[in-house]
Amino acid sequence: MSVWVFSEEVNGLPSGGSLELVSKARTLGEVAVFYVGSGSAAAWEALGNHGASSVHHLDTGDVLPSGPAAAAMADLVSDATAVMFGIGNTDRDVAGRLAARLGRPVVSNGLDVSIDGSVTVASEILGGTLGVTTEVTADSPAIVITRPKAFVAEPNGGATPTVSPVAMADSGRASTALVQEKHVEESEGPALGDADVIVSGGRGLGSADGFEMMNELAGLLGAAVGGTRAVVDAGWVPYSYQVGQTGKTVKPSVYIACGISGAMQHIVGMKGASTIIAINKDPDAPIFALSDLGVVGDVHKVVPQLIAGLKART
Amino acid sequence: MNIAVCVKQIPDPATPYELDDENHWVIRPEDQVLDDTDRSGVEIALQLAEATEGTVTLYSMSPSGSLQGIRQALAMGADAAVLVDDPELKGADALTTARVLAAAMQQQGFDLVVAGTESTDGYTGIMPQMMSEILDVPCLSFARKVDAGDGSVTIERQTADGFDVVTAPIPALITVTAGIEPRYPTFKGIMQAKSKPVTTLTSAELGISNTTHQIIRSVEPVAARAAGEIVEDEGEAYLRIIEVLEQAKVV
Ligand SMILES: Cc1cc2nc3c(=O)[nH]c(=O)nc-3n(C[C@H](O)[C@H](O)[C@H](O)COP(=O)(O)OP(=O)(O)OC[C@H]3O[C@@H](n4cnc5c(N)ncnc54)[C@H](O)[C@@H]3O)c2cc1C
Repeated sequence: MSVWVFSEEVNGLPSGGSLELVSKARTLGEVAVFYVGSGSAAAWEALGNHGASSVHHLDTGDVLPSGPAAAAMADLVSDATAVMFGIGNTDRDVAGRLAARLGRPVVSNGLDVSIDGSVTVASEILGGTLGVTTEVTADSPAIVITRPKAFVAEPNGGATPTVSPVAMADSGRASTALVQEKHVEESEGPALGDADVIVSGGRGLGSADGFEMMNELAGLLGAAVGGTRAVVDAGWVPYSYQVGQTGKTVKPSVYIACGISGAMQHIVGMKGASTIIAINKDPDAPIFALSDLGVVGDVHKVVPQLIAGLKART
Repeated sequence: MNIAVCVKQIPDPATPYELDDENHWVIRPEDQVLDDTDRSGVEIALQLAEATEGTVTLYSMSPSGSLQGIRQALAMGADAAVLVDDPELKGADALTTARVLAAAMQQQGFDLVVAGTESTDGYTGIMPQMMSEILDVPCLSFARKVDAGDGSVTIERQTADGFDVVTAPIPALITVTAGIEPRYPTFKGIMQAKSKPVTTLTSAELGISNTTHQIIRSVEPVAARAAGEIVEDEGEAYLRIIEVLEQAKVV
């Protein structure tokens, strides 16, 4: 049984999410990886070390990957039982195009995948309130998109996989989107996705300036700073800060939500935190329903006091 | 430029959703509303149409008899709507939806397709990409800024750590994030929306059948996290926060 995993290169290495998928896929069958990026010995080693037996490598250069990657994958995965994607933007682009090309459905937002005759996916719907299992009844391969941190990236000491280059096939108009510039918006401190402590701000901070105290608090706690989609859309912080359904999924020891209402699309990204502390002036804010400690108060009072209190300890 | 915009009518998110017992599909009332996330797509389409003396046509699949959400998008300023409303399409998955909408667009013609990144109710998040493959056009996804002109479209595409500038010739499809602030419908817009043309099609007229191949086998409530302690701040709540941080061993 073969299971394919899509892996996009990030900073010269396989995306963290794709290593989670490879770790899961090796429990389901033999793992082949479709890798998009420039590629390197270190990348192949990382994929092998998580359980990939083979890597098929496509470098699309300046062409936006979705068109050529979906066209090339369609020719390769016909015998596979399942093809797994993460929820990254490029993952979704390739998964959608591949599925339409093969005429296969996609099951999205997966939290677990099992193969027993057919492919079954566990997921949560309606903002994480209902758990459902969905059986794919179409011909294989089943195409599945799973949520970040659904699986743990665990090395198993696997050998370096075989690597086969994949040529850029002509996929016509699908391949005419060109990446002209790449911009990285720097953020300070630990990476949000891996941070042990997260200080997160919402619209209740009032303005972009409100994030100054978030940064200061984060500095004192060695925390990463996150935010809601509302503050990202308002341009207060970059998209890389966004926690939630369409942003990052985080599982820190402590998540401090400041001026965040607790919309279900935000909660799905942070409800895995061990301890949740919320500060909100509205006693009925939904965030309090899942907080271990809820402070009903003004962020502009409580946060500066907290900062001063933490400073006084050191 | 002839712009096609995908819009979805959904049960009002402010009311609790219910699933039917037989198939576990969301029960869709007749008074569905426009998915808020589609307003950004309508906004971008209107701006591009204004700049190019173009037209904006809405496309929606909605096996529910609803029209309210479509009227809400027309009230923002779109010119016309094509609605595929057919009981045969109940429970349609993303691929069937993509086939239906793509077929309707091919029938009517388009230069640019605009869609949101995912719907609020189902959030599968891949329907537009499927459409782009069926329509054989490039897919410029996750746009937070869009410029069009001279037979091409250029976007700022959100990435995990920043953004890329991506360009493609039209015809093309773009998906837009909610970062683009939508306009409010004016009173005049709301009145005009009532008489704008809405073409209703069935799946048979498009030659597409419902090919959904996924079955929901079980549904169970997810155990919610229990609420903890609530303190009213009277100037000292920060001390309690520090205690909790100490218990969690982060200070
Ligand atoms: C398809 C889809 C995907 C989405 N994806 C995401 C996602 O990934 N992540 C995400 O976060 N959201 C997402 N959203 C948006 C989500 O629905 C909410 O709109 C958003 O999370 C709200 O952000 P907020 O809590 O900052 O703002 P609001 O909901 O406006 O809440 C602000 C809160 O601040 C409080 N407040 C105000 N002033 C103060 C003060 N001085 N002191 C203390 N408290 C104060 C208010 O009481 C309120 O509770 C998505 C929505 C859709 C439809």
